[in-house]
Amino acid sequence: MIDTQQMQSLAARMTEAEVKGRSPWADARRRFRRNKAAMVSLVILILVALFAIFGNSLAGWSNEEMDFEVMGNAATMGMPSFANGHYFGTDDLGRDLFSRTVQGTQVSLMVGLIGAGIAVIVGTLYGATAGYVGGRTDAIMMRTVDILLAIPYMFVLILLLVIFGRSMSMLFLGIGLISWLEMSRIVRGQTLSLKNREFIEAARATGVPGWKIIIRHIVPNLLGVVAVYATLLVPLMILSESFISFLGLGVQEPLTSWGALISEGAGTMNYGTLWQLIFPLFFFCITLFAFFFVGDGLRDALDPKDR
Amino acid sequence: MSLLQIRDLNVRFATTDGEVSAVNGINLDVARGETLGIVGESGSGKSQLAFSIMGLLARNGRATGSVRFDGAEILNAPAPLLNKIRAERIAMVFQDPMTSLNPYMRVSDQMAEVLMLHKGMGKAQAVAESARMLDAVKIPDAKGRIRLYPHEFSGGMRQRVMIAMALLCRPDLLIADEPTTALDVTVQAQIMELMADLQREFGMAMILITHDLGVVAGSCERVMVMYGGRIMERAPVDPIFADPAHPYTQGLLAAIPRVDQKGDQLSAIPGSPPNMTHPPAGCPFAPRCAYVMPVCGQTMPPLDAFAPGRERACYASLDVVRKGHAPQPDLPEPAAADLDEMQESAHDH
Amino acid sequence: MFGFILRRLAVAIPTLLLLIVLSFLLMHAAPGGPFTQERALPPQIIANLNAKYGLDEPLWRQIINYVWGIVAHFDFGPSFVYPDRTVNQIIAAGFPVTLTYGGIAFVAAVLVGVSLGVSAAIRQNSWVDYLAVGTSIGAQVLPNFVMAPILVLVFTLWLGWLPGGGWGGPIYWIMPVVALSTSFMASIARITRSSMLEVLGSNHIRTARAKGLSESKVILRHALKPALLPVISYLGPAFVTMITGSVVVDMYFSTGGIGRSFVDSALNRDYAVMMGITILVGALTILFSLVVDVLYAWIDPKIRY
Repeated sequence: MIDTQQMQSLAARMTEAEVKGRSPWADARRRFRRNKAAMVSLVILILVALFAIFGNSLAGWSNEEMDFEVMGNAATMGMPSFANGHYFGTDDLGRDLFSRTVQGTQVSLMVGLIGAGIAVIVGTLYGATAGYVGGRTDAIMMRTVDILLAIPYMFVLILLLVIFGRSMSMLFLGIGLISWLEMSRIVRGQTLSLKNREFIEAARATGVPGWKIIIRHIVPNLLGVVAVYATLLVPLMILSESFISFLGLGVQEPLTSWGALISEGAGTMNYGTLWQLIFPLFFFCITLFAFFFVGDGLRDALDPKDR
Repeated sequence: MSLLQIRDLNVRFATTDGEVSAVNGINLDVARGETLGIVGESGSGKSQLAFSIMGLLARNGRATGSVRFDGAEILNAPAPLLNKIRAERIAMVFQDPMTSLNPYMRVSDQMAEVLMLHKGMGKAQAVAESARMLDAVKIPDAKGRIRLYPHEFSGGMRQRVMIAMALLCRPDLLIADEPTTALDVTVQAQIMELMADLQREFGMAMILITHDLGVVAGSCERVMVMYGGRIMERAPVDPIFADPAHPYTQGLLAAIPRVDQKGDQLSAIPGSPPNMTHPPAGCPFAPRCAYVMPVCGQTMPPLDAFAPGRERACYASLDVVRKGHAPQPDLPEPAAADLDEMQESAHDH
Repeated sequence: MFGFILRRLAVAIPTLLLLIVLSFLLMHAAPGGPFTQERALPPQIIANLNAKYGLDEPLWRQIINYVWGIVAHFDFGPSFVYPDRTVNQIIAAGFPVTLTYGGIAFVAAVLVGVSLGVSAAIRQNSWVDYLAVGTSIGAQVLPNFVMAPILVLVFTLWLGWLPGGGWGGPIYWIMPVVALSTSFMASIARITRSSMLEVLGSNHIRTARAKGLSESKVILRHALKPALLPVISYLGPAFVTMITGSVVVDMYFSTGGIGRSFVDSALNRDYAVMMGITILVGALTILFSLVVDVLYAWIDPKIRY
């Protein structure tokens, strides 16, 4: 989860920097470079992305091909081996786990990035509008957010997936639709505090229309908060998707994701095929770690406090 | 022997952007019953000087040197020893009464705990005594209002509560850190008058920290002017105003708006305070000083007595400074001060 | 305080009704559901549904029947799959189990998390602090669906100490509770730590120290309350996520809680059970957030109620 208190502290810091007319980004870049954990994480993320993009050209087998030599006795024949080209071993059906992991990485990263993307766009515009317009509109918009937040969203999401059929687009829609709520609250808060600053009032006084002020002045000033939030949101999106896939309600064969692979691996570990759990789990964990460290590092760089 | 004796006090903060020195080599004596004003811009180290006396520095702060109170060394003293002195013998009034009182506790509980701790009183007796003290700081209906929470008081009333709380044990020394900064001008005057009355009544010594020379003029006997963590000038209050002997003091006085002066003559000191992450080798005021000489940038001038009770730290000759404003040279703007930020991040510990 | 609770209820009740009505409409719109008659349902179930909703009556009447059944009789209607069971019976079978390990997990997460966070903040940069920060970072990437298999692997398959699933005496509770509570414990520890650090640096704590109070009194009397406020606001979302997590626990440990019924009904398209559980969880969530708000208002005197 994302610590709202720390996000608010960051938001206050960004507003203050804006008012002082100092760019927080120059200092932030230096501080971020000095943060070893964040820099290592950034390298890990790049490597995982490269793995997702180019992994298939390294794979000995395609992800759908079944190795009939192995099928049926994965526990003895399906071990990770360079000799038969199954670097990560095979699953119970004899499919190459390396290329399955590549595919799972692609799907999970995509879900994470697109889910966070939807959250950022919808949440920023919604929150900025509510905060900027203010008054009754604001009250109604934020009350709606409160109500939506009170709904147990994972249950509703599963409900939607069951009723309207399981598909990637439904999954994106479902995850993205809910994830923007917190974002909109933070953005609204910062918009409120930006709204009455001189440079916004000056723009309003010279007759710049409201939507233009939001796009040109408010949104750019939210950049720091949004960047940090988005970075921390990606792993949460990946977690949500993995959760659903773990229950067998997410992406469907032949597609796969980290959650689905972990679920398969966890289901078969009693039979001694531990690699089926460990390889997907490894990629899942290091990527989540890396995203959290980069997000925290970014926040600490923009809002340096000794925590 | 003086009540408080400070020798070669240094305060440093370890921050994410490097070490910041807030106070550099301060020597200071305060006699019983005396009122000393410490004047300086925000970031001059005056508040950190006060905090270091009480052992209240933020976690990343380190103080070195010596602070003797009533003969006993208290700088970096063990907590039990400090806790006996705090509130009981040295009390403090903080700058911002809004945030310095605990917003989650009734005023009665906040005040009574001081008496219960130091005087061993029972709860009822401590609350009754606290109400009497609220009366003494002229809070109307003290008995009825003592049960309220801090946010239910106005700013001025809150500062009176702070003062009453500090006076509960009748301390020997009261340190007031910008006690009126957060208040309206009319309320400021009332509070200052109240503090002067109470000081006379209780016979305690007081260190009044402020950036407002006007506040000092009305209530202090001696004044110490600080800049960049160092003492620039120290003298009895009258000569400070009548005959400022340091260019910085002159600058401060020139920046006070006066009724008998035409509006456009108000002069600000050019430049801005030094970045204390990289403190200048010599006099911290040198980059903004109208009388600057090459030597100023190399070593800090010593604090020399030049008349009874008067000291100044400046290489420029007294005559030159007294003659008045030298033509102000065009100065390059030094880097913006980071001391505000230093204090901010110090608070986060 | 009473008025405050009333006003919060004024928001909570419409939210809940909205959830119920939306759920019913979704159920109605569902392709392949009983209302669309695309699937040949056993006659017994059609009879049950007819008795309950009056399938030939207009939609608005059916909604009112459904809502009224829930509000007045706490009756979620018959199952769409099992002719002899009602949703209430299915919930009644699983709910006590969920409540048992969920309750233990919740209390454990709060107690351990807060203590760990406070100790870490007091001894910043000590081994307690590193332990707290380390576990909270680790637990972020070890959600319950990863924890569960790892626990089984270590404690059942390798060490053979704990049963890998099922429901019985307290020995069966251990792994579900640990799997469910670890990430919350870590989150609570992290929030407590950072908010305690924030509070310890605040002005009123400096005042408390200037009074000569011992460090333990400063923390217990002055710092703990404000430091717990962010933790209390986190309890609402934590509750929701914890209920969600119970689905994984039920699936993985075969504990037989309502999470299992939910996933089974999702796979069987037994919409009535899905609705029933979703509404129940929604009601609990709303109720819990009300409790949290009241608790918050009770601690913070600045909140007017």
